[in-house]
Amino acid sequence: MSSPRIDVSIEHRDAPEPPDKKHPNTCPRCDSHYRDDELDAVLWVCPHCGHHFPMNARARIASLADDGSFVEEATEVRSEDPLDFFDLRPYLERLQEAEMKTGLGEAMVIGHARIETLPCQLAVMDFQFMGGSMGSAVGEKFSRACDAAAERGTPLLSVSASGGARMQEGILALMQLPKTVAAVEDLKDAGGALISVLTHPTTGGVLASFASLGDVIVAEPGALMSFAGPRVVQQTTREKLPDDFGLAEPNYRFGHLDATVARPELRAFVARLLRLFSPNGD
Amino acid sequence: MATDHELRLRERLARLRNVNLLGGARVAGELEKLQHQLERIAEETTDEDIWRSVELARHQDRPYTLDYVERLLEDWVELHGDRARADDHAIVAGLGRFQGRTVALVGQQKGRDIKDRVDRNFGSAHPEGYRKAMRVMDLAMRHGFPLITLVDTPGAYPGVAAEQHGQGGAIARSHALMARLEIPVVSCIIGEGGSGGASALALGDRVLMQENAIYSVISPEGCAAILWRDAGEARKAAAAFKPDALHCLELGVIDGIVPEPEGGAHTDVDDAARLLGETVEEHLEELESVPADELKRRRRARFRALGVYA
Repeated sequence: MSSPRIDVSIEHRDAPEPPDKKHPNTCPRCDSHYRDDELDAVLWVCPHCGHHFPMNARARIASLADDGSFVEEATEVRSEDPLDFFDLRPYLERLQEAEMKTGLGEAMVIGHARIETLPCQLAVMDFQFMGGSMGSAVGEKFSRACDAAAERGTPLLSVSASGGARMQEGILALMQLPKTVAAVEDLKDAGGALISVLTHPTTGGVLASFASLGDVIVAEPGALMSFAGPRVVQQTTREKLPDDFGLAEPNYRFGHLDATVARPELRAFVARLLRLFSPNGD
Repeated sequence: MATDHELRLRERLARLRNVNLLGGARVAGELEKLQHQLERIAEETTDEDIWRSVELARHQDRPYTLDYVERLLEDWVELHGDRARADDHAIVAGLGRFQGRTVALVGQQKGRDIKDRVDRNFGSAHPEGYRKAMRVMDLAMRHGFPLITLVDTPGAYPGVAAEQHGQGGAIARSHALMARLEIPVVSCIIGEGGSGGASALALGDRVLMQENAIYSVISPEGCAAILWRDAGEARKAAAAFKPDALHCLELGVIDGIVPEPEGGAHTDVDDAARLLGETVEEHLEELESVPADELKRRRRARFRALGVYA
């Protein structure tokens, strides 16, 4: 007798959080708990132990740019669904959900701003938007940021936070690697500079493209920056991973980073670089 | 399986799409007509066809890079080592004569038997492999040798040492160097084109795929494990992200499809090599008449145009 197979591949949308999962405002390192406004006031860095909480794109821009100086660009660039992609849910539904959650149109925000009065172009990613994954819209926005920086003759500051390429766009997501790299090369040919700040996490296709091509590359303390994530490496190699696998600190030791810069110092650090790259030093 | 007619149709369409200068009404009309025909055909590319490509692309007897080198290049000299640390056997690089001219060739290499497979790390390169590739690309550029790249990898190696040696940065810089080359570059996916480890060698003026090759952002198993939470759903994943040559052509990712012998490249390696050689030669010849800086400009423009967004 054959029993009918039960399809269990249904995602539980409102499933309760697993009990071991901490509240997002609870410090994973020292268990201190904070309200949103408390963390906002300290740039989302734990005052007790220095852990860097994830920071969304808007808060990041506010923390770097001079008040009121940021002018957003290319807001009209939005994702489409070229493959009619459907896994457990349609891609378009995931996009809408991400938009509701973040208030952003995509996983990257670009525009121009001043930092300590120095003009620069910004390209800031938001991990909350589908894991900061890079699809066609992110690739296009980053490319436009390169062009705008070249046109204005200002450096481009990229702040990345990404799980990698956006699988729902298939091969076109992979093509954003060569696309963004070509844009960076055009910027560099035009005499422009790219300052790349890697934040937790910057992995996969974003690390393997523009984020690694900065004239200066820095990361926030504790940021994961690996091409392959720890779980994939563990499963593939069955190796015991070092506790600090892929983090900014060992990457700095191995020579892949110019510095690790704590978030409270980032604005001043970037401003110093902008002065150095500006033609008159002011 | 795709018919010859269909392949020609799609190639013509891809070419028309890429020729911006010919945006006149007549051509636009033809584009529409072709698109219409293509839409009819596209309905017939079934999920089974896609999965068949996945299986053929990974077939254990499928010809690998050195099988083509042996049949297409004379005076082949393989170059070893990244001049810094190691010689990564997952990537081969060297110089040879192709149809009367010196070319550089770079490609991933898989192994045939168990020992060989381990030695080649199943075609999954470490950063050292990409650095070797870059060294040979740089050599080609300085001497004005055209570059042929053959892509066949499940992906760059995800290991602790690979990360410590800078896998992400090496892949990024390989892309970047290819975007700077002022020589003709023809790339062909000859088996698995897996993720950034594949595209790092595929930033060509022309990107081709063999009929049964696949080119994808992630392996079907990897995609299934993440989105379906079950690696066993690989078929569903492949059907969803469509890594086959026809879809890649349709999306403008590749410029042409290299036909394979009936039944797949492994059924007649000599014939597969002949078909590959003919197509590569055709594209190289076209590219050799284009000034070097113009090649670079067009190559960047080609890749910068990729993507679908509102």
